[in-house]
Amino acid sequence: MAAGPMKMRATIAGGNTDVRVLMTHPMTTAQSGQPLHFIQNVVVKQNGKTVIEAEISQAVSRNPVFTFRLKGGAKGDKIEVSWVDNKGDSNKIESAVA
Amino acid sequence: MKRFLAGCLLAVALPLAAQDTRKEIQKYQQMIADGSPVELFELEGETLWKKPQGPSNVSLEKCDLGLGPGVLKGAYARLPRYFKDADRVMDLETRLLHCMTTLQRRSREDATKRVFGNENQPSEMEYLSAYVSAQSRGMKMAAGNSHAKEKEAFELGKAMFFHRAGGWDMSCASCHGEEGKRIRMQDLPVLSKPEFARPIVATWPAYRVSNSQFKTMQWRINDCYRQMRYPEPKFASDATIALTTYLAVTAAGEPYRGPGTKR
Repeated sequence: MAAGPMKMRATIAGGNTDVRVLMTHPMTTAQSGQPLHFIQNVVVKQNGKTVIEAEISQAVSRNPVFTFRLKGGAKGDKIEVSWVDNKGDSNKIESAVA
Repeated sequence: MKRFLAGCLLAVALPLAAQDTRKEIQKYQQMIADGSPVELFELEGETLWKKPQGPSNVSLEKCDLGLGPGVLKGAYARLPRYFKDADRVMDLETRLLHCMTTLQRRSREDATKRVFGNENQPSEMEYLSAYVSAQSRGMKMAAGNSHAKEKEAFELGKAMFFHRAGGWDMSCASCHGEEGKRIRMQDLPVLSKPEFARPIVATWPAYRVSNSQFKTMQWRINDCYRQMRYPEPKFASDATIALTTYLAVTAAGEPYRGPGTKR
């Protein structure tokens, strides 16, 4: 279910933007005996501007959840989170800060 | 004297340690519940609920879960219950199966080909179970307990709960009949008592973080019987529904907080 759904919630808390995002991904490790398959890059954009670029590894669990705190921000800001895995599959989600 | 003191210390330290362990387990459970992949299963379940399937090529959107065709809000909290059209008490999965075979006109074989999934490929039942039960969050659990067949199911479930049989001569009560017992890190709730049944029944079905799978109530019952070394209970059988009815009625009144997240 590599291209399965994502879910995101972005809210203003204490003057900052809290982003919580769920991703559907098998995150298969080398030990599993199955072909290695994991999310390699995660990019977070705030109103089109890249604010986080992350490299993650096999150490992250299946169907991972990430929480980011972005400085500042306002209601209605567009937050986009995208990922690319080691097989080149990708997915993204966009929503407005509530 | 020294030995006496050590004995006293031990007596004091043990209950404290047990309390700390419980607190730590609770903390862990809160952490896994925050940001649980359960929501991903709900999303996929919604897609499947609205997907036309079977010879009729219709979705499940007209499925009557007890509150009228297509009414999802609060429906799960009232299950299992008696359904006049089927003249049977049904739990969630049984009712979904009923809608698949009647509305969508799928064969029972097709609809039950793969009811329990795995981490790589969850089953349709699991996705749907997540989606439907999530629409009852915050609603008080109130399984049917007034119709004669509902009362019959409750009594049968109760008898099954205490009935010892199988390869190891066990009953549900062998593990769930005494307070303060634990298996590994899991408290073993005395499910025949409302105060213990309530928080458990109110958080099933559930996502298991240890194996990344979403588990239905039918699976829970099925696996308990496997652990007790009984013959495998049939999916959506009167026996499994009776046991779920007994548990749900015992847990009545608790606000539903599922689908839950388990260790």
